[in-house]
Amino acid sequence: MNAIQTARVETGALLSVRDLRVTFGSTRGALTAVDGVDLDVRPGEVLGIAGESGSGKSVTLRAILGLIHAPGLVDGQVFWRGRDLRTLPQRQLRKVRGGEIGIIFQEPMTALNPVLTVGMQILENLKEHTQLDAAGRRKRATELLDLVGIPAAQSRLNDYPHQFSGGMRQRAMIAIALASNPKLLLADEPTTALDVTIQDQILKLILRLRSEMNMSVVLVTHDLGVIAQTCDRLAVMYAGRVVETGPVTALFKEPRHAYTLGLLNSVPRADLARQPLSSISGQPPLLFQLPPGCAFAPRCRFMTQGCTEAKPPLVEVATDHRSACIHHDKVAQAKP
Amino acid sequence: MTEATPLIAVSDLAMQFARRHPLSERIAGKPQQIVHALNGVSFTVRRGETLGIVGESGCGKSTLARCLVRLNTPSAGSVTYAGTDVLKLEGAARRNYHRRVQMVFQDPYSSLNPRMTVRQTLAEAIKFHGLRRGAAIGTRIAELLDLVRLPSDAGERYPHEFSGGQRQRIGIARALAVEPECLIADELVSALDVSVQAQIVNLLLELQERLHLTVLFIAHDLRLVRHISHRVAVMYLGKIVELAETEQLFSRPAHPYTAALLKAAPELDPGRRSTVDAVRGELPSPIAIPSGCPFHPRCPYVFDRCRVELPLLTPRSETQFAACHLDSLPRVN
Repeated sequence: MNAIQTARVETGALLSVRDLRVTFGSTRGALTAVDGVDLDVRPGEVLGIAGESGSGKSVTLRAILGLIHAPGLVDGQVFWRGRDLRTLPQRQLRKVRGGEIGIIFQEPMTALNPVLTVGMQILENLKEHTQLDAAGRRKRATELLDLVGIPAAQSRLNDYPHQFSGGMRQRAMIAIALASNPKLLLADEPTTALDVTIQDQILKLILRLRSEMNMSVVLVTHDLGVIAQTCDRLAVMYAGRVVETGPVTALFKEPRHAYTLGLLNSVPRADLARQPLSSISGQPPLLFQLPPGCAFAPRCRFMTQGCTEAKPPLVEVATDHRSACIHHDKVAQAKP
Repeated sequence: MTEATPLIAVSDLAMQFARRHPLSERIAGKPQQIVHALNGVSFTVRRGETLGIVGESGCGKSTLARCLVRLNTPSAGSVTYAGTDVLKLEGAARRNYHRRVQMVFQDPYSSLNPRMTVRQTLAEAIKFHGLRRGAAIGTRIAELLDLVRLPSDAGERYPHEFSGGQRQRIGIARALAVEPECLIADELVSALDVSVQAQIVNLLLELQERLHLTVLFIAHDLRLVRHISHRVAVMYLGKIVELAETEQLFSRPAHPYTAALLKAAPELDPGRRSTVDAVRGELPSPIAIPSGCPFHPRCPYVFDRCRVELPLLTPRSETQFAACHLDSLPRVN
C-alpha cells in the first residue's frame, strides 16, 4: 500500500507530502505523532487541516519545514516544487523555509522576539530573503505593515511586540511571514487565541492576501466553522493519520468517515436548542497505545470486526474525495 | 422584567481594579490607572433557567461571575439571592450561600488540588458543609461519581490521571457535592476538544433537569450559548448591551454589537461565506472606555448622539432589552 502511495505524486501540486512519519521516544514507549500522512497543496488554494488536540496536525506542519528536532524522528518525503525538502542541505532548506514558505503560529507573543522591535523582525526577514538595499527594506517593511492593516505603520515599526494587542501581533507576524513573498503560507491555529470579531478580521485578511499575493495557504485549526468559512479543501486528521480528505463543500455535505460525521454532529446547531448533542463517546486514544486497525474504531458507532483487523487505507470514494473508513457508504447515508 | 421573585437579582454592579502606581509614574505626575471591569450591570435570573452570558475577552463576564460568588468584592451595586443581600452575608449565612451557589471553573487542572485524590476533594466539601457523616460520605461520593459518569474507581485517583473532559466532570461533581441550587459555569467547556465538549454539554443539560438547577453559563462561543441558554445577555466593556430570549437574540438582534458577534462567528455552512469584516477595529481598553456608547468607535450605525450620550438598557419587546439609541437595526446584507 505504502509503495503505491509513495509513487503517486499529484501533478501540478505545489507541495506534496508522502508517507510522512514523526515519532518521539517517551518513557512509556515510542509515540507516533504522525503516521503516514499524504497531503497535496495546489497552487492558490487554501487547504485546511482539522483535528482535535493530539491528532498530529501541528507536528505535520512542523515536519514539513524540518522543524522537528531530536529526539523526534522524521521519515517520508516532502516535495516542494519537485525537490524533496527532507534531503535538501541546510543552507538550501533555509532559503525555502521563511522564504518560499512562510509560517505563522498560534501564539504571536511567544513566536515573536520580545526584545526586538516589530520593524527589526520584518527587516531581518527582508535581509535574509530579498535583494533590497537598506532603504528599500525600510520602505517595504512599512508597506507590509500597511498591507496587513496596521494603522500608522511607519511609527509602529519602532514598537515592541508587547505594545501590540493580540490581533495586531498576529497581523505583525503575518507581515513578517509575507516579507519574502512566499508562495505558500503555513498557518498553525492562527486565530485560536483571538476573540471572534478579531478572528473574523484575521481570516479575511489571510484570504485577501492569498489572492493579492497569489499564494497557497495551509490552515491548521480545530474549529470546523473556520474551515467552512475559509478553506477550499480539507484534510481531517485523527491519531496521526489523515482519515478523510476532499473539497470542503463535499465533506460538510456528505462526510465519508465516521469521525468527520461525529465531529460535525458534535457542533451545536441552531434548530435543536437544549437537545442532547450527538457526541462521540469516549476519548481520543493515547498515541503510544493505539488500538490495532482503525484508531477511531473503539469510539465508532459503525464499528465492525473488519475495522480492528488492519489500518484502513485512504481510498478514493468520490471525485477528489478520499476516506479511510471501510464503512464510508453507510456513513454517507447517515448525513449530518 | 416581569417575574415576581427572581432567584438572583443583580443591580448596578460595578467593579474597578486599580493598577499598580509605581513611584516613577507618581513623580511624573501621571494618575493611577483604573480598570473598569464592570460598569453598572443589572439583570435577574429566574429559578430553573439557564442564563447565558457572552462577550469577548475583557468584557467583564468572569469578573461578574467572581462577584456573584464573592471571590471579588464589587465596588458598587447589589446582588440579592432569593431576597437576601448577598454582599452583606457573614458567618454561617455566608457559608450557606456558598453552598447554594457553586462555581465551576474553566480549567479544572488549576482549580483542583493536585495533591488530593478525587475522594478527598469531594469529601472535604461534604464535610465542610456538614452534609453527611461517617459512612454516608462514601455512599454520597459513589453517588456523585455515578452522576457525572466517572468510573467508580475514580475516587482513589489524582487529577493528573484524568483527561481534560474527565477532569471537568470532577469539577462538576465537586460543585454538586454540596447540593447547590445554582451553578455558575465560567467557560466550562472552552478548553475541551469538540467531541468531548458535546459530552459535557449533554451532562450539564441532563443534570439541570434532574436536579432543578439554575445555571449561569458564561462563554464566548455563541453556538454553545445558543444551544444551552433560555435567555442570553451580551456584554461589552463591562456593560450588558443586550438581554433577550435566546431565539429572539439570535434571529433578531437589537444591538449592533450582537449583530456583529453573530456575523463574525464562523458558520458551519461552506456555502455561506462573506468577504467583508463583521466589525472594524479592536476592543478599546477598559482603562479608557470611550465616551457615550462604549461601542461607538466600532459601530457601523454611529451618529452624533452615540458619542456623547450613554444608551440605557431599554425594552424592545416584553422579553428583549437593548442599550442602543437606534430603535431597530437597519436591515443590511
